[in-house]
Amino acid sequence: MLIKKSPEVPYSEITKKTDYLSRRSFLTAAGIAGAGLAASKVLPEMLSPELAFASTKLNFKKSDLSTHGEDITPEKDTTTYNNFYEFGTDKDDPSKNAGKFRTSPWSVSIEGLCDKPQKLDVDSVVKLSSNGLEERVYRMRCVEGWSMIIPWIGIPLSAVIKAAQPKPKAKYVAFETIWDPKQMPGQQRQVLDWPYVEGLRMDEAMNQLTILAVGMYGESLPNQDGAPIRLVVPWKYGFKGIKSIVKIKFVEKEPPTTWNRMAPEEYGFYSNVNPNVDHPRWSQATERRIGEFRRRKTLMFNGYADFVASMYNGMDLKKYY
Amino acid sequence: MTQKKIVALKVITWLACLEPVFLLLYKYLTHDLTANPIEFITDTTGEATLVLLLVTLAITPARKFTGLNWLIRFRRLTGLFAFFYIVLHFSTYLGLDIQFDWHQVSVDLTKRPFIIVGFIAFLLMIPLAVTSTSWAIRKMGGRNWNLLHKLIYVSAVLGIIHFWWKVKADHTEPATYGTILAILLLARVGLWVKSRMKRPPTRKPQAALAGD
Repeated sequence: MLIKKSPEVPYSEITKKTDYLSRRSFLTAAGIAGAGLAASKVLPEMLSPELAFASTKLNFKKSDLSTHGEDITPEKDTTTYNNFYEFGTDKDDPSKNAGKFRTSPWSVSIEGLCDKPQKLDVDSVVKLSSNGLEERVYRMRCVEGWSMIIPWIGIPLSAVIKAAQPKPKAKYVAFETIWDPKQMPGQQRQVLDWPYVEGLRMDEAMNQLTILAVGMYGESLPNQDGAPIRLVVPWKYGFKGIKSIVKIKFVEKEPPTTWNRMAPEEYGFYSNVNPNVDHPRWSQATERRIGEFRRRKTLMFNGYADFVASMYNGMDLKKYY
Repeated sequence: MTQKKIVALKVITWLACLEPVFLLLYKYLTHDLTANPIEFITDTTGEATLVLLLVTLAITPARKFTGLNWLIRFRRLTGLFAFFYIVLHFSTYLGLDIQFDWHQVSVDLTKRPFIIVGFIAFLLMIPLAVTSTSWAIRKMGGRNWNLLHKLIYVSAVLGIIHFWWKVKADHTEPATYGTILAILLLARVGLWVKSRMKRPPTRKPQAALAGD
């Protein structure tokens, strides 16, 4: 296994200053309210800093690149209906099994064909964007034929790539999820070839729509949605959005991707949302928007053709599905 | 087994067989049919069909191995409930999922192997349900009736294949059901071999031999 333990980080660097402050003010308030309440409410929070992190409110700006005019999917649905096989293959497994997943400390290794390889915690990754955190409301189309509208909070992946300064030879970006079967019960069975890996062509990775998300609905990501940091590529099927990322690597050749290795005739490297190219076992022409009764037509590139279609000019999308 | 006990057991069996319906109703009333209710209903009714098919197929071996002959009186009940759930399963697909999009039906029934085998499994169960009455058994004669009802094996095998092909990566559940089905079929082979060994080999009557 290539994954190395991240170096020990001083506790003060892990816990956000805002968390400290809010905890202190809460302690004061609780002291007034009564010692009993303080013990019951504050102690669990102090004993498990990652839980405090899990509910962090985020400061962000709304992005012009958000999708408008469609109802945002209720948070209850986006946090209980998940494909995150590391925590089990049923849709409700991740929300049941990911609660104790430790997302701090966390280290993302940015490496490969670049001039500035680095290992960063999530806050430092976020700081690579001069714009700070932004909210991007995107459609999310699952390869299974359902979709959601999710208000992600994150930064453009391009900011991270620019900071790493990839060499000209770097043509693709490869991503890797954490491999930690002790914490991820789904990894204890060989359902997929762990760890989960994904990849993008450099121009796709640099596209302004591609983001690394650290939150949604105004708060940091729930564990079952890929905490602490995940990829969101809104014109591709949802499984391209690799979760709980620990490695971002610049490579020369098209990197392997988990679902493609699993069933190459069903899941291609590109996996762009395309109503004209069916999954061998089911149609991709329509989708069920979570919360709606009637199916709706699936849009080419999930409705983001204006932003991304030019990247695929001249490519046979039936061949490069 | 007294008649009273049989009635009590039948009531329990009815309730057990209706459990998936109760579950769906309860979840509907408490707004808990997951984020994707149609998928949940489809999966629940499909799984109920498979479970009840396996229960139905377990009754004969269970009866022969234990000698509890009254078990046979529950086979029609569980078999018909299996049919009840496959009707719900198919109706959910047709009415709720694709909402009577006949073009989609024609595509699915020509291009999607997992839907094709599921549909055949459903079709094969129709004559079994129709001929499930005592009247039909009398009318057809036990031999013909038994032969026709062998179709349940085909439906069960196709049902497992349907489930297997539908799954994306984790085949644990269809594999589990498939294993149970294999055991139930092997049990039949075992019973058949046992009955052959017990019975003296069939010979022509002595008189006929003497006349040769």
